[in-house]
Amino acid sequence: MKSWLTTTDHKRIGLLYFWTAFGFFLIGGLEAMIIRAQLIKPDGGLGVSAETFNQLFTMHGTTMVFLALMPLSAAFFNFIIPLQIGARDVAFPRLNAFSYWVFLLGGLFINVSFIAGPLFGADRLSVAPDAGWFGYANLTSRQFSPGPNVDFWLLGLQILGIASLAAGFNFIVTILNMRAPGMRMLRLPPFTWMALVTQFLIITAFPVITVALVLLMFDRFFGTHFFVPQGGGDPILWQHLFWMFGHPEVYILILPAMGIISEVLPTFAKKPLFGYTVVVYSGVVIAFLGWSVWSHHMFSTGLGPIADSVFAGTTMLIAIPTGVKIFNWIGTLWGGQIRFTTAMLFALGFIAMFVIGGLSGVSHASAPSDLQQTDTYYVVAHIHYVLFGGTILGLFAGMYYWWPKMTGRLLSESLGKVHFWLTIIGMNLAFFPMHFSGLLGMPRRIYTYSSGLGVTTFNQVSTIGAFLVGLATLVFFWNLLRTRWQPVTAPSNPWGGSTLEWAIPSPPPVYNFTVIPTVASRMPLWKTERHAPMAALPERPPAPIHVPGGSWWPMITAFGLPILAIGAISRTLPIVFVGVAVVLVGIYRWAFEPFEM
Amino acid sequence: MPGTPVYFPAVPLALLAVLLLLTACGGGHLPQSTLAPRSDFSGELFGLYKDVFWWALGVFVVVETLLLIAVARFRARPGAAEPKPVHGHTVLEIGWTLAPALILVFIAVPTMRTIFATSGRAPEGALRVQVIGHQWWWEYRYPELNISAYNELHIPVATPVQIELTSADVIHSFWVPRLGGKRDLIPGRTNRIAWRADSVGEYWGQCAEFCGASHANMRLRVDVQNDSAFQHWVDQQRAAPATPAKGSPEEAGQQVFRRSGCIGCHTIAGISQGKVGPDLSHVGGRATIAGALFPNTPEMLRRWIMNAPSQKPGALMTPQNLSPQDLNAVIAYLQSLK
Repeated sequence: MKSWLTTTDHKRIGLLYFWTAFGFFLIGGLEAMIIRAQLIKPDGGLGVSAETFNQLFTMHGTTMVFLALMPLSAAFFNFIIPLQIGARDVAFPRLNAFSYWVFLLGGLFINVSFIAGPLFGADRLSVAPDAGWFGYANLTSRQFSPGPNVDFWLLGLQILGIASLAAGFNFIVTILNMRAPGMRMLRLPPFTWMALVTQFLIITAFPVITVALVLLMFDRFFGTHFFVPQGGGDPILWQHLFWMFGHPEVYILILPAMGIISEVLPTFAKKPLFGYTVVVYSGVVIAFLGWSVWSHHMFSTGLGPIADSVFAGTTMLIAIPTGVKIFNWIGTLWGGQIRFTTAMLFALGFIAMFVIGGLSGVSHASAPSDLQQTDTYYVVAHIHYVLFGGTILGLFAGMYYWWPKMTGRLLSESLGKVHFWLTIIGMNLAFFPMHFSGLLGMPRRIYTYSSGLGVTTFNQVSTIGAFLVGLATLVFFWNLLRTRWQPVTAPSNPWGGSTLEWAIPSPPPVYNFTVIPTVASRMPLWKTERHAPMAALPERPPAPIHVPGGSWWPMITAFGLPILAIGAISRTLPIVFVGVAVVLVGIYRWAFEPFEM
Repeated sequence: MPGTPVYFPAVPLALLAVLLLLTACGGGHLPQSTLAPRSDFSGELFGLYKDVFWWALGVFVVVETLLLIAVARFRARPGAAEPKPVHGHTVLEIGWTLAPALILVFIAVPTMRTIFATSGRAPEGALRVQVIGHQWWWEYRYPELNISAYNELHIPVATPVQIELTSADVIHSFWVPRLGGKRDLIPGRTNRIAWRADSVGEYWGQCAEFCGASHANMRLRVDVQNDSAFQHWVDQQRAAPATPAKGSPEEAGQQVFRRSGCIGCHTIAGISQGKVGPDLSHVGGRATIAGALFPNTPEMLRRWIMNAPSQKPGALMTPQNLSPQDLNAVIAYLQSLK
């Protein structure tokens, strides 16, 4: 127990990220189920109140983006990147532990709002955030959202931002500086490459939302008027700041999944990634363009025809590098020897589904067309084809692919196939009809709709699909648990992968590599025209290996942040000071901690 | 599992998609459909959407077909030779970079043209309507006609209308899909859209930007009328509110109205000057109440006046504690205000 609380081992932190994020994924999924259940009937639905519904969709979005998908990617960053680049750990192991604890505590802080009502004298149990995951000003002002709901959201997101930023810097330094000899940048595995691009997006996008959240906090706590029109502020400023973060955030969510399938497809097609450099550079181009498109979320705000044209144009440009990636993936399959493992099925599902999300995106990029689709269920369909059909299918591919490496145990392939087909059928039943609900005029974020709209049938199909996805996820959960009770031991390279993580035992020893390998090609474990496969590493370390010991201080420092937030939300200055003191003492002790084995 | 054929759910899913598509297209008559435009504005948007749709469908078919062929043709077979380790192909890379770029030109050009064509400026002499969003109802002012309307917008057919949008509280979005795309109502700013409705009828709309508890209940109707019907409606709105006959139940209702909390929030010309809720001078002539949420019937009025927040979460109108006689009288009075 203590060894897990104080761990600085990137592999253990990766597993902690995985289980925590998976837990939040189940919570976010449960919220989606209640939302879908309510919408199965028009004119009042199953009786979920407007207030509860608004909390549910706010928390569903916030949870899935910040507490499930990002940290599930982070689980793989933690576990896999050091192995793929031939390192013993990340550059800053204790900072890594700090990121995890901050993420866990930030996630708990936001979710505690579901039962914190009585503490704030509210007449209901839940005071969960209810202004949308996008928190548009000036609805979030004290005047229109007087309760603690929005405070939970803005403080929680600030805490989570610290975790993301710390991890972002950590991984950039790790990938740039800790590569094994011979691991040149253009020999990096594509997953590590996309992870690197993602970290640059994180360290540039999160400061923007942090600024926005701080301004909102000032408005709510100290009566400033950054977003309050009566005081000379501008609610549109919030939208610009939010989407300057929010659009790069979409790429923060999708690029790691693109990296995963760029690993899975070559392994199971027995062919190198087609156009490796083009795939890498197109990822970089997507990230660059990702900074220049934010206002396409704001076509209905009336930015004027010039701005609308520019943002429509930059948005359409992103379709080019995205299309290039998809063609290269198909090129990878072409002429291969495809094995339909569960990981491969999810990777193929990613391509098939992501294409749909990408193409509906073009109708949003076309600004006037978007005026009919924005804020309707058509967009809900679009984002779910991208973030479920893309990110989540990609993450599932990664889970089946790397689970044996992470735990030393194979997941059941037959349960995996059940999981895959239920997921694919369920998601299409859930999300495809939403295109029609939207085109027929159903706005999003509504707890009920009129039967007169004629969208009841579409909603019923969507609800059935959502429950199938829920069932599929339970099958997956069962599959994960089964590896504890009925373990099937995984060999070091069960899939015949080409990258360094497959050169070491499953699960890897604490020091990862007995000797740091020297890398001579992009696929060190595969025979290529010019290179023989890398020689096997010695079974035992020839010399003692120094690994960093555990530390309490990252966790203790992390605890200071929610204490600070509790002080802020309860308007109790002494608690704020306690939180600050914990952070300062934690950092001080951390900095001067003796370095030991 | 080498050699295992893979059954992609492509066929059943495609069938489902076609079925749903047919249902959707058959839904052209639906009151809030974007697929059945009835104005120049919504017509432009629908035309552009169709352009994008056919391009997207073409790309979809090409890409998914390539994927399916690859999956079907290159299954691992026992005893097959090792695949050739191809690393890339420069001509192919250039080709599949240029092809989407070219398609995007065909989408971008009509997009930009439509952006400028629908930028919201109506021609000279258009009917001006100011739309003001409130949590959770709509106020319409006709500055040239010197009248106002609430939740139900009346406009003449085949006449250009200049709509100016702003908000009294938070951001809302004005959306009547069959007449036009949505545009946000932002406190402190004025946005514009313009349209010319081409057929008489009742069109539905609702708020499309999340605006708090009853966002789902912030609905609206647009009544597109021929010129004489519109003129008749305008004359009605200009007239003073109906005066109830002495001793009638309506007159009793007027008395109840005068001495109850109603006057704090609602205006009835000559009776009260409240500004929080909609003006009720002609409420009896409306088809709906409570933000176009309920039909304007005595029964719905009764429920609404008794306890508005239970009918529409977050509604500012507090429950009114009226005796049954008083309630009936007020309802009779309100209904008489045509």
